[in-house]
Amino acid sequence: MTATAIRVQGIEKSYKDLHVLRGVDFEVASGSIFALLGSNGAGKTTMVKILSSLLKADAGTAAVEGFDVAIESLQVRQSISLTGQFAAVDEVLSGKENLVLVAKLRHLENPGGIADELLAQFNLSDAGSRKVATYSGGMRRRLDIAMSLVGNPKVIFLDEPTTGLDPQARIDVWQTIKDLARNGTTVLLTTQYLDEAEHLADRIAILHKGTIIQNGTLDELKRLLPPAEIEYVEKQPSLEDVFLALVGETAEEQKEQEASR
Amino acid sequence: MSTHVLGDTRVLTGRSLRHILRSPDTIITTAVTPIALMLLFVYVLGGAINTGSDESYINYMLPGILLITIASGIAYTAYRLFLDMQGGIFERFQSMPIARSSVLWAHVLTSLVANLVSVAIVVGVALLMGFRTGASVGTWLAIAGILVLFTLALTWLAVIAGLSAKTVDGASAFSYPLIFLPFISSAFVPTATMPGPVAWFAENQPVTSIVNSIRALFAQQPVGSDIWIALAWCFGILVLAFAFAMTAYRRKIA
Repeated sequence: MTATAIRVQGIEKSYKDLHVLRGVDFEVASGSIFALLGSNGAGKTTMVKILSSLLKADAGTAAVEGFDVAIESLQVRQSISLTGQFAAVDEVLSGKENLVLVAKLRHLENPGGIADELLAQFNLSDAGSRKVATYSGGMRRRLDIAMSLVGNPKVIFLDEPTTGLDPQARIDVWQTIKDLARNGTTVLLTTQYLDEAEHLADRIAILHKGTIIQNGTLDELKRLLPPAEIEYVEKQPSLEDVFLALVGETAEEQKEQEASR
Repeated sequence: MSTHVLGDTRVLTGRSLRHILRSPDTIITTAVTPIALMLLFVYVLGGAINTGSDESYINYMLPGILLITIASGIAYTAYRLFLDMQGGIFERFQSMPIARSSVLWAHVLTSLVANLVSVAIVVGVALLMGFRTGASVGTWLAIAGILVLFTLALTWLAVIAGLSAKTVDGASAFSYPLIFLPFISSAFVPTATMPGPVAWFAENQPVTSIVNSIRALFAQQPVGSDIWIALAWCFGILVLAFAFAMTAYRRKIA
């Protein structure tokens, strides 16, 4: 696992007088999960758009799977899938029709079969024939990610994949991302949630004011601060623990209900 | 890449046609206003209008009504395009290995189909209200050809609006002046009764030549030079709008 899936060198991008990216460099190893961490407006989405060939950089180079995003954009698009910040699903179509649409646009054989498989994988089989407009936020996000997996792209960009999701749906998405990486897909995700990066990423890069100010594994980043002091703290359950304990056992049922609704 | 243009356009057109099938109200709304205008002009105002010909009034004004139908129909094209770009689906398409122009062409073809259906509904109602023509199949095809050309020209205008609008209202508001244009033309009354400057405008704007051509075709009379002026207007608007739309599109996806 030493091959490089994404290579970014000196990328700059400005919108008029606003310098969003001021020389960004990083590399992502094949099959790893890389988190681009930053607050709102740090330039995460701009970076993802450049990597997915939606936006041209003002300076610098970026390559995905060895293809230059500016010059070989068609080959880049064949290697990637983008799950943007806002669920890119067609509300009027059913879940299955959405997947079939993407499969057809990727010129794959047997779009219906691919769609059914992904619906099953994402617990959406029963909801597959319903209009997406009737889906909950979590179901919509699952469908969105399922659409990105059509055709097994080598690299997946997830722009703030869990923003706006409830805790249970969030954990489901995390599981999906881990499964992806286990199957050899390279995942670049952006997030503003520290725990998300901590939970998922093999490497974390902190994007701040247009540059990467730190890039390393979680342990490397932790070592930047003075060694931990040992304190004894009474273990109080967090609200998340309580919420998940109360809801967690019924989550499976809830998902089934959701799916059959 | 270019080998996929047709296939991708077909798939994406199928998608937006499905949108229309699932909300047929867009086609009905498009047809309702022109039908209401037709009822108003034929049964309320028409009796007092002297067109200077012995044709029934509905025969006289149907061509203008058809143009109004198309002008209001393309507002939905801008609307649908705008919604696509607002949601993430547009970016998903752009990040996939598909022919990029197919995203626009799908909207254009859908607009064409939707408008022709609306036009067919309006013609159907007109027939019920007493519209009659002895036009042959060939003449009908010629009329359909003019309407298709007109629809395409206005659709590419709608694409510009859909691509550059900041709000949903903005995306469809551009069609209001287009809907209004037939009123200052020969669509409902002969231009001869209008005061000088108004008559000049009416005679030299695109609607009059198109209306006159279609009216002559329906009445099986010679179309004269109107048809060439009409075609020149349609082609001119089409080419300009297409060029501007493509520039706007490239700026959007660059």
